[in-house]
Amino acid sequence: MRPAAGPATPAPRSAPLSGRVARWLVDRWVVGVALLVLGYLLLPIAVVAALSFNQPTNRLSYDFHRFTLDNWANPCATRDMCDAVVRSVQVGFLATLVATVLGTMMAYALTRHRFRGRSGIGLLVLLPMATPELVLGTSLLALFVAAGAPQGFWTVVVAHVMFCLSFVVVTVRARLAGMDRRLEEAAMDLYATEWQAFRRVTLPLLLPGIAAAALLAFSLSFDDFIVTNFNAGTTVTFPMYVWGAAQRGIPPQVNVVGTAMFALALLLVALTSLPRRPSRPHR
Amino acid sequence: MPDDDPPGGDLHLVDLSKRFGRVTAVDSVSLTVPQGSYFALLGASGCGKTTTLRMVAGLERPTGGRVLLGDRDLTGLRPYRRPVNTVFQSYALFPHLDVFDNVAFGLRRRGVREVPEQVRRMLALVQLDGYERRRPGQLSGGQQQRVALARALVNRPRVLLLDEPLAALDLTLRRQMQGELKRLQTDLGTTFVHVTHDQEEAMTLADTVAVLHAGRVEQLGAPADLYDHPASAFVATFLGQCNLLAAEAAGTAGDEVAVTAYGLRLAVPADRARADRGAVHLGVRPEKLRLAGTADEVPAGHQQIPAVVTDVTYLGSGTRYLLRTGWGGELSAYTVNDGTGARLPVGAAVLAHWVPRHAFLLPRDPVERAAAPAGEPVGAPG
Amino acid sequence: MTDRSAPSPASHRTPAARPAASVPGGGPGRRRVLPYLLVLPGVAWLVLFFGLPLVQLAAASLYDPTGSLSTGYVFAWAFGNYPDALATYWPHLARSFGYAGLALLLALALGCPLAYAIALRAGRWRNLLLVCVVAPMFTSFLVRTLAWKTILSDQGWLVGLLRDVHLLAPDGRLLATPFAVVLGLTYNFLPLLVLPLYASLERLDRRVLEAATDLYADPLRTFLTVTLPLAKPGLVAGVLLFFIPASGDYINAELLGSPNEYMVGNVIDSAFLVRLDHPQGAALSFLLMAAVLGLVVTLLRHTRGEGSPALDGGAR
Repeated sequence: MRPAAGPATPAPRSAPLSGRVARWLVDRWVVGVALLVLGYLLLPIAVVAALSFNQPTNRLSYDFHRFTLDNWANPCATRDMCDAVVRSVQVGFLATLVATVLGTMMAYALTRHRFRGRSGIGLLVLLPMATPELVLGTSLLALFVAAGAPQGFWTVVVAHVMFCLSFVVVTVRARLAGMDRRLEEAAMDLYATEWQAFRRVTLPLLLPGIAAAALLAFSLSFDDFIVTNFNAGTTVTFPMYVWGAAQRGIPPQVNVVGTAMFALALLLVALTSLPRRPSRPHR
Repeated sequence: MPDDDPPGGDLHLVDLSKRFGRVTAVDSVSLTVPQGSYFALLGASGCGKTTTLRMVAGLERPTGGRVLLGDRDLTGLRPYRRPVNTVFQSYALFPHLDVFDNVAFGLRRRGVREVPEQVRRMLALVQLDGYERRRPGQLSGGQQQRVALARALVNRPRVLLLDEPLAALDLTLRRQMQGELKRLQTDLGTTFVHVTHDQEEAMTLADTVAVLHAGRVEQLGAPADLYDHPASAFVATFLGQCNLLAAEAAGTAGDEVAVTAYGLRLAVPADRARADRGAVHLGVRPEKLRLAGTADEVPAGHQQIPAVVTDVTYLGSGTRYLLRTGWGGELSAYTVNDGTGARLPVGAAVLAHWVPRHAFLLPRDPVERAAAPAGEPVGAPG
Repeated sequence: MTDRSAPSPASHRTPAARPAASVPGGGPGRRRVLPYLLVLPGVAWLVLFFGLPLVQLAAASLYDPTGSLSTGYVFAWAFGNYPDALATYWPHLARSFGYAGLALLLALALGCPLAYAIALRAGRWRNLLLVCVVAPMFTSFLVRTLAWKTILSDQGWLVGLLRDVHLLAPDGRLLATPFAVVLGLTYNFLPLLVLPLYASLERLDRRVLEAATDLYADPLRTFLTVTLPLAKPGLVAGVLLFFIPASGDYINAELLGSPNEYMVGNVIDSAFLVRLDHPQGAALSFLLMAAVLGLVVTLLRHTRGEGSPALDGGAR
């Protein structure tokens, strides 16, 4: 990891021996532990990927039995599961759209305007993040029951927008705070109205932040189980399907979806991080 | 906008004030910037000069007072309704737009036709033709500075505001850009208001300099007036170095003011005195002090103070001497190395003398004497 | 010149300074309304679907417990629901915080070296390692927890290995034990702890560390006196982001544990969805939230005033 100080070539004699030994230990120890922890983090993903190529002996067995591509070839062999994935994508798309638009508006107002109640609203936005998901779920359930609202697709969307909103605001706000305010002032000085300054200067520069926030919102929504579980009624999202199937034994296609999501996310990360590099000069 | 109204006229700031909470950044500043002049707002950081500029640009709302351009009241107008453009500190070029689009930004917002022609002409004027498709991140500091200038000037503003435009450049480039700013201003005849903390820059460029201190205008005038006849001890020491002697003035007699400093009886021409009674500062610039070995070398009519040389610094073009006076004060003198006199050694007894017209009298707060020992050369060297 | 008594050429025309509020022009009025228009939809959403539900949950926790979902609940200020729920389910609450606390300690032991190594030792590998840390979040929470179920299963290689080396009795299990639940909690929320910690370590000016070394601090002392205090905001944010979901989680207890490991979440889930005892579920929800909020406030108060930019990114 640090080719400069390999153990084979001892450091110059000038440093005191105890210091060098301590430094060497700290370096190696930290790096060693870090690698082990990474292994811990990646192990289950490897298992999921492996199982996606498994032909199980029976539904309750998770042992690797025989390599097959069948699961990837027929991801929709279990119809219910595919329906659930489609449902999750629909929910995720709607929730992301609404949360990103509302959240960006809020973040802009909170960073670029001073107004009464600003700090109170800033706190209100943070509160859902500090509340256990379980409580978010049960309280919404209590509300929907009291209001007599039928639970289903739309209650799930509403709930997902609520918890995604906070994350969008925090993400976009951080990006806005790091943006030179003089750019917007320069735009206004050059005859751009506030809207034009936002449209021509703020928005293009903010776009990576908004995209990151939208991705985060979508992944939070797609993966949510707890809040959904309390508010889905008979609607089945992908996590809900997995939860139900876990009792009966899950089909290997679930691992296909898990692996595919992982691969897709990696691809997105690669795509978004590559072109950003040259635009920023080295400090 | 700027095209359809009559030529701007003078820029007036009338009792302009800005308070941030309990802090007063600008304290009822009133001044007039004549049309077509190069005007500098000079002051140390935190003196309110940038806030003043931002109020003219419309980026800051004044707490009191007005901004007038000719007969037009700009005070309540949003920045995009003012015929005024700004070159921002560190430029604020749009990083996502190339040079052409940066310069075209203002023209497009105003719906001007012939955008490409105007942009090209302006880029040629700042010697950046051929750089249209570069992004700001691919330009050097000096080139970015030119883009910022072009982006503002292409709109033909009535007033161009420059906020520390050269602060980010190194010394050589700064000198070069100073020349170009002056050339552009002369060619275009646009009113320039230039904010800077660099007194040399202000004196080099501006027709008129306003020295700001603690949110107020200390003095306003041509660079030579400010230097030769400062209105306050602050101005005297902020612009160059100055020897200030704490003295007592006894009023005008004839065309002279009689002054006593540490037992020495001195005189200053009445038209060089901003105060003629009570506690005063007697000021003489180091380069106006000459040194003589004996009393007969002092020309008739010169004022003189006996002192001892304590330090000699050779500076190439000149030599700086530090002198200690009989009462323990310190004086600074600067002589040009023109090959005439020999350099004086440390420890030499000298007479520091000056032409009476080269001194000036400033009012002095009597309690100041306790705080700052009199006779010390005050102000930043160089 | 600036003195009011000394008139400047321009001030003849306007004898007195006028307050800017009386300035004409249409701009200022609209400007004051705009931020409210911008925040209104989001705030309305949060009030309607976060604030109001909490009020309703509070009301539900005080329903007359003899009612039922089918016959209808009656609001009765039934504060007794709280001690009743606590008397029956205190072990579950205790387990929630016990497991989450253990998982937090474990996560700190694993996450601190990891964040430190990525931020200060990884060089050009940094981005790749970061992706590896976030990687688990890219797969479904449930799918990766089920993967642990596979790894820890009685027929799995891990249990076999541990039995062979006698770390585990021949009939010993990993699944359905507190160990499995804590391991799952640690695993699932570890990235949430590492990321903010990494961010604050990465922002840290390396020259400060070099200065410490230059001033005769050995590596350990540098870490304790310079690195740690500077990384504290990130550490606090990480601890909160880890502990809040971990203490409210019940997926790990359900999938990796047995009813003996059930946490308060399992009870709340069944109270609302199986036993349909809303007052009890609501009361337990509030107890959980109160405990978590108390913890958050305590932790934030302890670290306040050290200039922590922790969560509030925008204030300038």
